[in-house]
Amino acid sequence: MAKTEGFHLDFQDFNGDDDGVRDRSDGATTVNIEDLGFRKSPSQRRGAGLEDELLDADDRTELLSSERKSAAFWTLEFYQAFFNVDTHQVMGRIISSVLPWRGKNFVRLHIRNNPDLYGPFWICTTLVFAIGVSGNMSSFLVNRGQAKYKYVPEFWKVTMAATAIYSYAWLVPLVLWGFLTWRSRKISSTTYYSFLEIVCVYGYSLSIYIPAVVLWVIPSEVLRWSSIVVALCLSCSVLVLTFWPVVRGDRPRIVLTVLSSIIILHVLLTIGCKAYFFSTYDEQNPGKKSAVETSAPQSLTTAKTH
Amino acid sequence: MADVEELNKPLFAGLSDVSIADDIPVEGQITVPVNSSSANDEISTLDEPVKDTILRDLKAVGQKFVHVLYPKKSSALLRDWDLWGPLLLCVSLALMLQGGSVDSKDDGGPQFAEVFVIVWFGSIIITVNSKLLGGTISFFQSLCVLGYCILPLTAAMLVCRLVLLSSSGITSFIVRLVVVSASFGWSTFASTAFLADSQPPNRKALAIYPVFLFYFVIGWMILTFSPS
Repeated sequence: MAKTEGFHLDFQDFNGDDDGVRDRSDGATTVNIEDLGFRKSPSQRRGAGLEDELLDADDRTELLSSERKSAAFWTLEFYQAFFNVDTHQVMGRIISSVLPWRGKNFVRLHIRNNPDLYGPFWICTTLVFAIGVSGNMSSFLVNRGQAKYKYVPEFWKVTMAATAIYSYAWLVPLVLWGFLTWRSRKISSTTYYSFLEIVCVYGYSLSIYIPAVVLWVIPSEVLRWSSIVVALCLSCSVLVLTFWPVVRGDRPRIVLTVLSSIIILHVLLTIGCKAYFFSTYDEQNPGKKSAVETSAPQSLTTAKTH
Repeated sequence: MADVEELNKPLFAGLSDVSIADDIPVEGQITVPVNSSSANDEISTLDEPVKDTILRDLKAVGQKFVHVLYPKKSSALLRDWDLWGPLLLCVSLALMLQGGSVDSKDDGGPQFAEVFVIVWFGSIIITVNSKLLGGTISFFQSLCVLGYCILPLTAAMLVCRLVLLSSSGITSFIVRLVVVSASFGWSTFASTAFLADSQPPNRKALAIYPVFLFYFVIGWMILTFSPS
């Protein structure tokens, strides 16, 4: 039962003015518990009892899930279920993915029963173009003033960034979901995340990189590496805190492998983006170092690890 | 509604007599005609010269350009959508963004196909996004609005090429930056004026943010264009 919840627990909120309870045309009354949960004021939502409260709501919603009709996959209604979010929900999810100490578990507190694809898709798209634009601006700032340098828009950076970011945001959740499904069957774990929830977590965990990437425009290696460390710590902590309850019951070796591979893949993505799109050495003339002489060897070594 | 039923009754009484002539008044009432003169025009299009037909279509496209420049009267752009204007704008933008040398790979700018794909797939994705968020606008209406609202950016591209012809120093960059930012704001404002009403009020920002990103990317491509 728990496995189907990612697809069937949502239904449409077309009116937007109902209070969570409505009569359907067939006479049954469905209760949108999650809506009720999100209508609460932020101070109430931050309360300690919220997690239990939402878990109660979760159980009740699961009981009600059999009443819901699931639309066929070729209709627009089926996909509207993945975009069933309001502005304040998306803002809340982004903020809580940037500041992980506001809630203990991102999935359980914020996206349970309603994983959206709006946030992951547009966060990835924004990140792709942010990398393309600021990577281009940083290479202009680094190479400015050199006689041989001629400015080019470097549109291929956008293409490369799109390949890297989209494949990371889809393939890693797919592999992780497959692995976690296999393990949770073996150890009969109680906590389970659907594929969409994992995609959602990964998508939102990338949102901290958008301001970080904009900061990377400034050609100062100290600033770049400090923002990398901050962004890595925040988004890795979101991921680890999210996946900790799922793998907790497993053997310590597996727990260590899963969590460390999540972290290592995230670090690789960050360092790879930094080394590839924001390299401070001159790409056209590899022999001739750029003006930032001291920092060039550092980014060369990171390029090797990538 | 009662008229329609009255018309249907003789239809069901003698189904063998169904002819096209009986259907026409029913259709005419369902799709409310814009005004009577335009209906008369369409009847006479068989006789008119090809020049008149093309000129009339071009006039319709030009009227929509005016609507984009003064985004107050929102009904006409939404009601009679066409994709000729977006095609025209997209092709001219992509042609102007094409650097001088087609075969040289170190140009670094977006190629013709890349501009084309970004404009069309971008507007398709934005439209699908707004439909999925629960917008009430139809698919091609949204495509039409998004395509027509590139007009200020295409005009900015023309200005940028003219500025680049004369000089390419820091003053030319500042002029281009001002022109591109102004037209970017204009495009976003115009498309928002047409599209925002179709969204539920608590999701307006979610539907408008992709439009903002779309015109920002096009504006960035125009600003960074450097002829080889």
